[in-house]
Amino acid sequence: MRLALASAVLGAGTFGFRFAGPLLKARVRLSPRVERAMGVAVVVLLAALVATAALTEGHHFAGPARPAGVAVGALLAWRRAPFALVVVAAAATAAGLRLLGLP
Amino acid sequence: MRPGLARDITLVCVADALVGVSFGAIAVGLGLPLWLPVLLSLVVFAGAAQFLFVGIVGAGGNPVAAVAAGLLVNARHLPFGFAVGDVLATGWLRRLAGSHLMVDETVAFTLAQDDPRRRRIAYWGCGAGLFAAWNLGVLAGAFGGRAVGDTDAFGLDAAFPAVLVALLLPSLGDRAPRRAAGVGAAVALTATPWLPAGVPVLLALAGLAVAR
Repeated sequence: MRLALASAVLGAGTFGFRFAGPLLKARVRLSPRVERAMGVAVVVLLAALVATAALTEGHHFAGPARPAGVAVGALLAWRRAPFALVVVAAAATAAGLRLLGLP
Repeated sequence: MRPGLARDITLVCVADALVGVSFGAIAVGLGLPLWLPVLLSLVVFAGAAQFLFVGIVGAGGNPVAAVAAGLLVNARHLPFGFAVGDVLATGWLRRLAGSHLMVDETVAFTLAQDDPRRRRIAYWGCGAGLFAAWNLGVLAGAFGGRAVGDTDAFGLDAAFPAVLVALLLPSLGDRAPRRAAGVGAAVALTATPWLPAGVPVLLALAGLAVAR
């Protein structure tokens, strides 16, 4: 019962975060400068997610296999490879390195 | 929807469904009730926060602490919604449903489109597809258990950042966002060993100070 309640509270809080953004956006008039800054903010948040998800697990370094896979994917994306190739190559590189014993 | 976009979204849905299977299996493997991963996936619908939540309560931790940790990780959705909120259009039902479908991948796919119509299609297509894939995956994992095993062995943990990189690259063409993203990523990485999950990513917004 405690766990069901905790799930509901986490769900409600998360929904609150998700709902507040579009609501504020519709209510508040923003200057073009602030508008641009909000666009950059999303790029910054996603870049920070990439960096932390690629390199860390909990509070520690994730080990070499995952960042190596992401690096291969990033290189392919930069060379304008198809999206599917980027994703599959990233996963295959990490999986291959782990098969070789790298964590 | 462009065939290319549909194909890319489908690929991400398949990858996320497999991670969902592993989430369901891990939660049940920790001794948590079957319904918990299923309920979490329906009402929270955010992978990182869900893994953190079951990790804490599965280890016998306080549910209040698990909720707090999950909320910190999910706080980034507030600025996400502020930036892509225009795709939700008006009308309460759409806004309610659309808000719930807001996850990292939906935001990234939306960001990668250039005109308003495509942004809307990408947002709703990716959001609805991922919601179905994630929840079906978790359901299968909770009941089917160990069939998929450890998704790290398939390198799926490298697929998520790679997806975001591919969708993010076009936005990094200009100097200002590129500098801001670089500084923000460095701030987040520096903070990760010391601060609770979720906070480092929010601190990355300090990178905006150099975006000019």
